[in-house]
Amino acid sequence: MAENGERLRRTMMFVPGNNPGMIKDAGIYGADSIMFDLEDSVSLAEKDSARNLVYEALKSIDYGDAELVVRTNGLDTDFFEADVKMMVKAGIDVIRIPKTESAAMVEEMESLVADAEKEFGIPVGTTHLMAAIESAEGVMNVLEIAKASDRMIGIALSAEDYTTDLKTHRYPNGLELRFARNMILNAARAAGIAAFDTVYTDVDNVKGFLAETEYIHELGYDGKSVINPRQIPLVNQVYAPSEDEIKNAENVLAAIEKARKAGSGVISMNGQMVDRPVALRAERVMKLAKASGLIDKEGHYIGK
Amino acid sequence: MENKLGRNLPDKLMNELHFKPFETTKIGNPVFQRTAPKVQVQNGHDKLKDDLKQVVKKNVKDGMTISFHHHLRNGDYIFNLVMKAIMDLGIKDLTLAPSSLTGVMNDMVIKAIKNGTVTNITTSGMRGSLGDEVSHGILKNPVIFRSHGGRARAIENGDIKIDVAFLGVPNSDRCGNANGMEGPAAFGSLGYALMDAAYANKVVLLTDNVVDYPNTPASIRQTQVDDVVKVDQVGDPNKIGSGATRFTKDPKDLTIARAVNQVIVNSQYFKDGFSFQTGSGGAALAVTRYLRQAMLDNHLHASFGLGGITKPMVDLLEEGLVDKLMDVQDFDKAAADSMKNNKNQQEIDASWYADPDNKGSMVAQLDIAVLSALEIDTDFNVNVLTGSDGVIRGAVGGHQDAATAKMTIICAPLVRGRIPTVVDHINTAVTPGQSIDVLVTEFGIAINPNRPDLIKQFQDVPSLHVYTIEELAKKAESIVGKEEPLQYTDKTVGLVEYRDGTIIDSIRQVKD
Repeated sequence: MAENGERLRRTMMFVPGNNPGMIKDAGIYGADSIMFDLEDSVSLAEKDSARNLVYEALKSIDYGDAELVVRTNGLDTDFFEADVKMMVKAGIDVIRIPKTESAAMVEEMESLVADAEKEFGIPVGTTHLMAAIESAEGVMNVLEIAKASDRMIGIALSAEDYTTDLKTHRYPNGLELRFARNMILNAARAAGIAAFDTVYTDVDNVKGFLAETEYIHELGYDGKSVINPRQIPLVNQVYAPSEDEIKNAENVLAAIEKARKAGSGVISMNGQMVDRPVALRAERVMKLAKASGLIDKEGHYIGK
Repeated sequence: MENKLGRNLPDKLMNELHFKPFETTKIGNPVFQRTAPKVQVQNGHDKLKDDLKQVVKKNVKDGMTISFHHHLRNGDYIFNLVMKAIMDLGIKDLTLAPSSLTGVMNDMVIKAIKNGTVTNITTSGMRGSLGDEVSHGILKNPVIFRSHGGRARAIENGDIKIDVAFLGVPNSDRCGNANGMEGPAAFGSLGYALMDAAYANKVVLLTDNVVDYPNTPASIRQTQVDDVVKVDQVGDPNKIGSGATRFTKDPKDLTIARAVNQVIVNSQYFKDGFSFQTGSGGAALAVTRYLRQAMLDNHLHASFGLGGITKPMVDLLEEGLVDKLMDVQDFDKAAADSMKNNKNQQEIDASWYADPDNKGSMVAQLDIAVLSALEIDTDFNVNVLTGSDGVIRGAVGGHQDAATAKMTIICAPLVRGRIPTVVDHINTAVTPGQSIDVLVTEFGIAINPNRPDLIKQFQDVPSLHVYTIEELAKKAESIVGKEEPLQYTDKTVGLVEYRDGTIIDSIRQVKD
């Protein structure tokens, strides 16, 4: 596992790699991760120009704190090797492997990435990986995929291809995705990496989008893939902690601090023991509160 | 000579036209003598005419100043009708002094300039082919650009002396009692035209809807009107309302609008009874929507909304979130209908709205103004008149006037395509940075250093990314690169007045 999963990944915004206007503006919407797509949104004729465009953007545009991800073309295409080389050279944070079905595919990607890192003088291991699960085969192998490499930071469900593979399609209630969503989430947690939910394509249906986001938030997903910047504030709204959660987290952290100053190994708050899960949850709540603009510089709740 | 903003002004023209360079946004308490129109006495029995050409022939002579209003925007039929009659009669050397010029008038104005009918223009703005022709030197004399408040001032003090005003109205009785609210070409407030009706020596109304005498409520009164001309159609109702008042789905506009809303909500001015003006651009309309939610969340309401009125503002009025709308023009049909149906939507003339030289205008009472910009420089000076190619493509409008609000927010994207908005040097200064307080872009905001109070209020707001304006200019340059300076000839094609009548900048002919 590449990271301890502490980074916020509420939103991963898809940006077509052949759209200069969207690539230029991708940093202004507050997405936690930005995913430049060289695969499905780019036609065959534009594969090379899109790769060059994304490369130049990565070299010249300041995307702030956002995690930068690229979806390369599939391992079975002619574009894939060139995609990986140029994106590693550009210093991309994460390469997203499309249509991942086995640990072997992750290993293949890893060796290509490592070669590219060596070629361009980048410390080996710098470039992270994530896998998109888009088939029944991928879902059944998701645990080995999640654990296939130390570079892995997350797994994402890609529901359009997956539901086609299942011989169904997407329904508003999402019952068809229940199994995959739980498999992916549990595999991610077992491997200690992030879980990203699939996109919601009906951009104008705010109610449906919020319902789906609330559901995956409840399951425990780190966040959701978004295809339109307008969906970002909606996801953030769902992931924003409540006033009670924030105040409780403040108290937990204060109790930890108090115990640390007193040199005490046992931490208690209101007579109850603060153990590691409670502390971790408090830290995550405060991180979400900060990202949601709900606390001031000192970490105190300031309201909406 | 240079004015206080360091803008270069043509000495010869400044002296010939007796203009003074811009110094300050402060107006003070000077005393002025206003002018009054000439009145040709009549009993009013014979005002109604159906031969426009005869009316033009009787009233318009070579060298006169004639005026129009632009409330009919791109649906206007009146301007072209009157100008054609004038040209048919061979009248020359006119000064055109409309409240503004819209695209539908462009071809006719260009023709009138080319054949010597029109030799001078003063307007709020121009766009399209006319802006292009003027920027390429079609007119011998410079166009004088004035804000809506500045035009009202110039008319009142005699800087603009209108000989004949041709005013299209959607209804009138035979004596000239008229309003903007009823009839097929209804457009709501007659705000800008009311200045012409009050101060022109001759007032000619043109209408397709002659109604029974006496017509009430009357915005223009029979005592002001010389002739009422019956025409087939005043305008195209489908083109009178601007199409701009849709609620934008553009994520960048929405990002900017959200940030503007955060600026408003976190400022000292967001309290019960506040007042505001927002424009009709995509982001500005969205601001009104976000503001609505913020007012509901915080249980407060506004005392008035000002300026060009749009449907989102009418919604606030109907919901009780705003007590009054003070209406100088209506941008869409919903706003025009509301002026007819809601007694809390008050028609105001351009002087009441924004004239700096009266006994107190509405803009002087305004708390918050949300305005746009084509360019803004690192001193917060704003250009809303010329494009990145130096060509005239905009209007001063109420920009300089509303910018006197207690907090003026400019909302604009940092870059538009390959063109930077925040720059070291703007092509044309229209509104002085002294009156601009906050710039909001999609990347973050910049606060005028002359407002330490606002810096303090915004710097720790988590949702606001505060930069210096120099940092934003640098960011824009890092995205689109550095521009080659534009090439101009020595010829001055436009002079831009500040609202007090001093010259804030000159516009030169572009060199292709």
